[in-house]
Amino acid sequence: MPEPLLMKYVGRPGRDAVDEYVRTGGYEAAARALKELTPDDLVAMVEASGLRGRGGAGFPTGRKWRLTPKREGDVRYLVVNADEGEPGTFKDRTLIEGDPHQILEGVLIASYANRVHRAFIYVRGEMFLGYERLRRALEGAYARGFFGRNILGTGFDLDVTLHRGAGSYECGEETALLESLEGRRGEPRVKPPYYPAVKGLYGRPTVLNNAETLAHIPHIVRLGADGYKAYGPPILYSVSGHVTRPGVKELPIGTSLREIIFEHAGGLRPGRTFKAVFPGGSSAAILTAEHLDTPADFDSLAKLGSMLGSSAIIVMDDTTCIPAVIRRTVEFYRDESCGKCTPCREGTIWLSQILDRILDGHGRMTDLELMDGIAQQMTGLCLCALGESVPPALRASLTYFRDEYLHHIRAGSCDVVRAPVAAGGASG
Amino acid sequence: MSGRVLSDATLGEIARLRDAYPQAQSALLPALHAAQDQVGYLSPEAIADVAQALGLAETEVTSVASYYSMFFLTPVGRHKIRVCTNLSCYLNGAEEVLRRLCERLGVSPGETTADGRVLLEAVECLGACEEAPVVLADATRHARVTAAGADDLLRELR
Repeated sequence: MPEPLLMKYVGRPGRDAVDEYVRTGGYEAAARALKELTPDDLVAMVEASGLRGRGGAGFPTGRKWRLTPKREGDVRYLVVNADEGEPGTFKDRTLIEGDPHQILEGVLIASYANRVHRAFIYVRGEMFLGYERLRRALEGAYARGFFGRNILGTGFDLDVTLHRGAGSYECGEETALLESLEGRRGEPRVKPPYYPAVKGLYGRPTVLNNAETLAHIPHIVRLGADGYKAYGPPILYSVSGHVTRPGVKELPIGTSLREIIFEHAGGLRPGRTFKAVFPGGSSAAILTAEHLDTPADFDSLAKLGSMLGSSAIIVMDDTTCIPAVIRRTVEFYRDESCGKCTPCREGTIWLSQILDRILDGHGRMTDLELMDGIAQQMTGLCLCALGESVPPALRASLTYFRDEYLHHIRAGSCDVVRAPVAAGGASG
Repeated sequence: MSGRVLSDATLGEIARLRDAYPQAQSALLPALHAAQDQVGYLSPEAIADVAQALGLAETEVTSVASYYSMFFLTPVGRHKIRVCTNLSCYLNGAEEVLRRLCERLGVSPGETTADGRVLLEAVECLGACEEAPVVLADATRHARVTAAGADDLLRELR
């Protein structure tokens, strides 16, 4: 197991102080990038590293940078998506609170690589502590000359603005985030244009990267693409739910779900058995015990009809009522739908009504086909992925846990044995 | 809309924000945060002041403010308690914590206590699932909150 790169100093106090970060080698990669490498060198290096965006879609970061037009004299922007909100995901918050300069150094290198002189970090509104840590970190970095005019005497200029959101899951979607950053309602934009790289903030070419993605950049510059890849390459899994040691686990990408859950996250509480897992946030199809040996990477999970997404692993043991969990996720998307597209707005309402009916003991045998049909109609018909985030988990639950739904419909009650309340609460 | 309610300090902050962005409207969310921090909620007068400071229509400002769950267009409690009820917290007993807070405060989720002191909200994933169940009391995050812990948390607010 290689030593952690991104999580190495997370947990130590005072990491938002610039002197502390510099003391452990911080901003050396940025200094080297600005002084010894060209922007094109950096784009090539990030492409060679194989880094894929860590916001959920997994788009290759180097390719995104290369796609960004860099015409002389044009205004370009870098926007950091720190609006983490996918249920079960807390890696960005952990990095922001625990080692915020790592992200800022990534912002500096990415801006130089993309010939950007103005960057914005969109921080989730509820992330009070993280915002404060980032604010303090940025202030310190400005004072040491890592941002502002003529950075490190290289002639490169970069200004960074922290921007607080105000409570909206939808704003994590990149075009909705840009709308929000422009001071409007956080509704997604009509595509095409498909990439903010071409037409983003204020209609200008915009590099939009997730916070964790940028935290990888200093390490890629420091180690080189091959040296970085020797670490796995690394990925941050957010592991939570019914495990005894929840937390962010930095591991080589493709570590099996079994190893992540049972070795690194401490396994289940005593006496409990494994039931199901969301491998990539609540937008990913749930998987069961038969899938535990699957490598948690983009392709292996996609093959199972699920996804790595934001690599948020939510574990459920045998005290979990699956229809109740699915209802909770459907309610989430219902409440967070911006309402712009009909299949998402209406579909989530209908699904939650049907699930209410089933869990209240008034379900009908036709409800399962009805839900499946609604879920199918929500796929591929919306401007963004929010509505489409509902069908995978719902449809997987209808496949793997059909009997549970049928029991609720037939008996009008739940047959899942609840956990003792003292052990942390009941569910179902 | 009559009368200005935002203080010179708040309006000064909004002017600073306006100049910090390439386009003034980008300062709208931070400006609304500043206005709400001062007034306690976004009253029609506060909306009017923000609109004027940024050169926007009041209807536009109201439309944007109403979109975001952290902005309040009607008066709410001075303290805000946000209980995460999303998956990881739900799996670890968030409903029980929420129920206890509802009982103690005598409100339903989304309501403010009769004395105007505390707003209780059930919210979505706060991105701290390793600490489930999580409660955000104003800007302070509380980890692994139990029903008994919810009582302590209320006492600390006073």
